[in-house]
Amino acid sequence: MTGFETTSLEESDFELRLHEQFDDTIARDQRIEPRDWMPDGYRRTLIRQIAQHAHSEIIGMQPEGEWITRAPSLRRKAILFAKVQDEAGHGLYLYSAAETLGADRADLTQRLIDGRQKYSSIFNYPTPTFADVGVIAWLVDGAAICNQVPLCRSSFGPYARAMVRVCKEESFHQRQGYELLSTMMRGTDHQRATVQDAVDRWWWPSLMMFGPPDGDSPNSEQSMAWRIKRHTNDELRQRFVDMTVPQAAALGVTLPDPELRWNEERGRHDFGTPDWSELHRVITGDGPCNTERVARRRAAHEDGAWVREAASAHAATQAARAREGAAA
Amino acid sequence: MHDDHVHPSPSGEHVEADGQWAFGTGFEDPLYGADTTVPDGIDGAELASCCVLLADDALIAAQRLAQWCTNAPELEEELALANIGLDLLGQARHLYARAGRADGTGRGEDAYAYFRDPAEFRNVRLVELPNGDYAFSVVRLLVFATWRLELFTRLTDTPDPVLAAIASKSIKELDYHRSYAAQWVVRLGDGTAESRLRAQRALDEVAPHLGELFTPHEHLRVDVASVRAETTAIVSRVLDTAGLVLPITESATGGGRDGLHTEHLPALLAELQSVARADPQATW
Repeated sequence: MTGFETTSLEESDFELRLHEQFDDTIARDQRIEPRDWMPDGYRRTLIRQIAQHAHSEIIGMQPEGEWITRAPSLRRKAILFAKVQDEAGHGLYLYSAAETLGADRADLTQRLIDGRQKYSSIFNYPTPTFADVGVIAWLVDGAAICNQVPLCRSSFGPYARAMVRVCKEESFHQRQGYELLSTMMRGTDHQRATVQDAVDRWWWPSLMMFGPPDGDSPNSEQSMAWRIKRHTNDELRQRFVDMTVPQAAALGVTLPDPELRWNEERGRHDFGTPDWSELHRVITGDGPCNTERVARRRAAHEDGAWVREAASAHAATQAARAREGAAA
Repeated sequence: MHDDHVHPSPSGEHVEADGQWAFGTGFEDPLYGADTTVPDGIDGAELASCCVLLADDALIAAQRLAQWCTNAPELEEELALANIGLDLLGQARHLYARAGRADGTGRGEDAYAYFRDPAEFRNVRLVELPNGDYAFSVVRLLVFATWRLELFTRLTDTPDPVLAAIASKSIKELDYHRSYAAQWVVRLGDGTAESRLRAQRALDEVAPHLGELFTPHEHLRVDVASVRAETTAIVSRVLDTAGLVLPITESATGGGRDGLHTEHLPALLAELQSVARADPQATW
């Protein structure tokens, strides 16, 4: 037996113990931190999950961002501007969380604009009226909250901590959206009609935000075992419906699902089945706005290349000057 | 109970407090709680006119910054440009609210922003020019923030206590805007050949609009000569560090303060006012 083999065996034994420690940390519901040992699959899955989440925040700025310049009052303009800015901030924390796992923001951005990484399919729908701004905040941010609040207990520390702040801000967003809609519902007939129209368009895509039904969600089991996913897609979808139905009633809007009704026995709402073929189409690039969303992100990134290059060049010059100064 | 049941209740009771997650989002009346009586000896119409021109500068500048949203060269810049835009929007809201009280009409901020035509706007032309590239936007911001900071520093002891308070609040914001812009102008001037070229071109385009900033206005009671001297000195220091040159131009293409604007303002306002004007009976 050579020394090399001995070392290798010792290392694999060592790795086994690290893996046990990792499993133990997860079992005790404690956090994995960036410097801790973790299985490659855990790292890869988290980078993918966090990057997709970051991309969703950044692409998600577009549908609402369109309306900042046209918001119909200065108060609504300030609210919307602040909300879209928050989303940029969320993207920034999330890219930073992914970087603690060894990913690189520039590389993740490149993957997004090359179509190699995805973002939430919900942002591939258009926003034709100002009511969409309110409905997105109410339904889309509401669904995001259902998805993300459990992630505040994600087993990966930086992601869990980012989610605490993100969820606080998302809940403000949801409230202001609801408040906009309730103001519009007290306005003119035309305003009420535009709110209802927006609800009709966003309801089913919002339900699809939770992903395919549990039977078609192959990675869920492993993610649940790693505690980077805490509830199944169908459970989260049910929570969202149960949370939203009374809010819709209070607003005075109708959710466009003839099968939606309270089930006394289950103590939950029954509801219809989303058109999963539509979700599949939008995820695979054939949604109403996929091309323009990515094109806008690509244009911003590529148009800004000379600015980033200038900043790097200036930083390098500064560093060189500092070295010369120190040497002199 | 698990902590993942803390779903917010949008129909809940705490909307007002939570509405303040960012400045300017939680109130209808920007001057709520302040004593807005116009003190004796102050000409209300003149005060209102002063507030409107300062508000118009801020609103139009904020609208241009909002157009950067989702188009910035980096996420940090996305956040910074939105911060600056939100600050200026907040300044505009305070100033319009003050104007509505001072001119005796009781008009709200939205009456000024949404229901005046281009010729009624009193902003300087510098702020209405299109954003251009990032170099143009930061060079313009450097000039604008430096100048506005000088104006507002002098307004902190203006006779109207409300305008003085708005000025005091604003100078902290403007100091950051100036510092942000100055850092970028230095990076661009001292960056690559391309960034230097773009920054110099931006300066050449901004320079003809400087004259208007230093034209005296009957309702803006500040010492224009000292504003000019300070603004020029500070901008020149930044440009020296950046290795850039401010071209000498004497063409004071003014007129914005008299409602004579470039062709860019009607287009900007058409967008800004489109939803509000489509249905004036609507409530937002």
